Amino acid sequence: MISPMKKFRESEIYKSIFRHKYDDTQRNRALQIVDNVFLHLHPVRIPRHATNIGFTWGMGGITFLLFLILTLTGVILMFYYRPTAQYAYEDMKYLMNDVAFGPFVRNMHRWAAHAMVITVMLHMFRVFLTGSYKPPREFNWVIGVLLLVLTFLLSFTGYLLPWDQLSIWAVTVGTNMARATPLIGHEGPFGPELGMRIDNDIRFLLLGGTQVGPPTLLRFYVGHCIFLPLIAAIFMVVHFWRIRKDGGISGPDTTKKTF
Amino acid sequence: MKYFLEIITKPDNIPIVGLLFLVVFYTWFAFKKARKNDSQEIPDEAKLDDKIQVWPYLVRVEFLGTLIVFAILAVWSITIDAPLEQAADPSLTPNPSKAPWYFLGLQELLVYFDPWIAGVMLPSIIIIGLMAIPYIDVNPKGNGYYTFKDRKFAILTYYFGFLILWIALIILGTFLRGPGWNFFLPWEFWDTHKVVVLNNIDLSELIGIPTKLPDNSLNIWATLFGFTFVTGFFGILGGWHYNKFKKTELFKLMGPIRYWTTSALFLGMGFVVLKMSLRLLPPIFGAYPIKYFWVTPWFNI
Repeated sequence: MISPMKKFRESEIYKSIFRHKYDDTQRNRALQIVDNVFLHLHPVRIPRHATNIGFTWGMGGITFLLFLILTLTGVILMFYYRPTAQYAYEDMKYLMNDVAFGPFVRNMHRWAAHAMVITVMLHMFRVFLTGSYKPPREFNWVIGVLLLVLTFLLSFTGYLLPWDQLSIWAVTVGTNMARATPLIGHEGPFGPELGMRIDNDIRFLLLGGTQVGPPTLLRFYVGHCIFLPLIAAIFMVVHFWRIRKDGGISGPDTTKKTF
Repeated sequence: MKYFLEIITKPDNIPIVGLLFLVVFYTWFAFKKARKNDSQEIPDEAKLDDKIQVWPYLVRVEFLGTLIVFAILAVWSITIDAPLEQAADPSLTPNPSKAPWYFLGLQELLVYFDPWIAGVMLPSIIIIGLMAIPYIDVNPKGNGYYTFKDRKFAILTYYFGFLILWIALIILGTFLRGPGWNFFLPWEFWDTHKVVVLNNIDLSELIGIPTKLPDNSLNIWATLFGFTFVTGFFGILGGWHYNKFKKTELFKLMGPIRYWTTSALFLGMGFVVLKMSLRLLPPIFGAYPIKYFWVTPWFNI
């Protein structure tokens, strides 16, 4: 008697989805990577030290995973949240008290966001300590620094959205720095001399007003949910692609006899 | 101590406690690996250079990592609620008002520098400086393995910048800065009415040149003194090292642009440390803390 599983694996439907067999052969293992749109980010074969968690700490991969978790939980949160000063806080209360699994999704979004800032910093620490920014990976380090900045900006814009005392004042403190920008801030060096006022300088552009208010909420919301994730995703694509193009994960030059 | 426990167990502060342990652990862990590699002919990483297939050897590690991250996040999200305080009220300023935790190192720098330096120039220089690292570091050694002896200057500088000027200042800003951004020891109550003596003087006043004339206008001699001090700091230290360094092989390898970029970034970091020290240390010896090095009509440093 043929087992149902075997029969399914030989069916036309199975063959139309999976383009190769699953028997444990070198060829199938290779096809498993190159025939899969998600896994083909990876090379087929890598040096053994690249799978050693003591070498990589796994922080880059965890950062990407957290970005995916944040995207997923963030989209769920968007169903319950209206970015206007009138409704934002009410929606947060509703989410935390009445929505099934609302607190769980919001908690996961916030803690994953904190964790992502930490894993980005640790990833950078590891890449520095292993000298992995050295040729030919110089430019990928630059992309990485941009991604670090984008992570801070994503986290910072998200901080405002609950529209409670914690968020409005943290963002007030943060954006107050923009007042003091040289040349383009109304309290910065040479700002007043160049005609900067509280209602036309760089801070006014960021906030959409002279203080953190309803227009700021909308600006930060659009930045947080659309603009910044899109930019970050583009830089991530380049970051991952460059890893492959720059010769895969860093490692010692094994053609050398001495180090 | 009970106040301190309250602060470190605030939901938003728990990640910072975690960060502290993670950073200490990974610094120790990486240093241990580096010392081991330094003591042998060939680094450990080079011994594991045979090729293995990504399926299953890497994918299974990623899968396990994903499960662990999900497990941690799920437990964390079930047990601890994200904070939600009173509704936003622009007329009610909390004390202390703090930026998100990852910016508290920069907020701490506001004690020592005016906002245009602490909040705008220093973050920009940090970002540009980080991006410049691969282009100014010409040392071909230590690429792709943990080491200390091959890159002592690079690693010690990064340790100092990351561990002290970034992480330690975040910890200080989160746990030890209370109302009015005043300093509180862990066992002290965050008293909103704490009175702190404001007896800062400018550097020129230390040597007897008043910053303001009796009619409250700026003393041009104080401005000139400050200009001399700040440019002297960079000029004399930079020039002294250049003279010492210009004959070396490494200088030829670096060339003038790389050398002067490195020199400026390193001295900039030293300048931040000097400014912080001259604010924090004098009171310990009964002297006045220093506020500004250089006062001008347009900006103060």
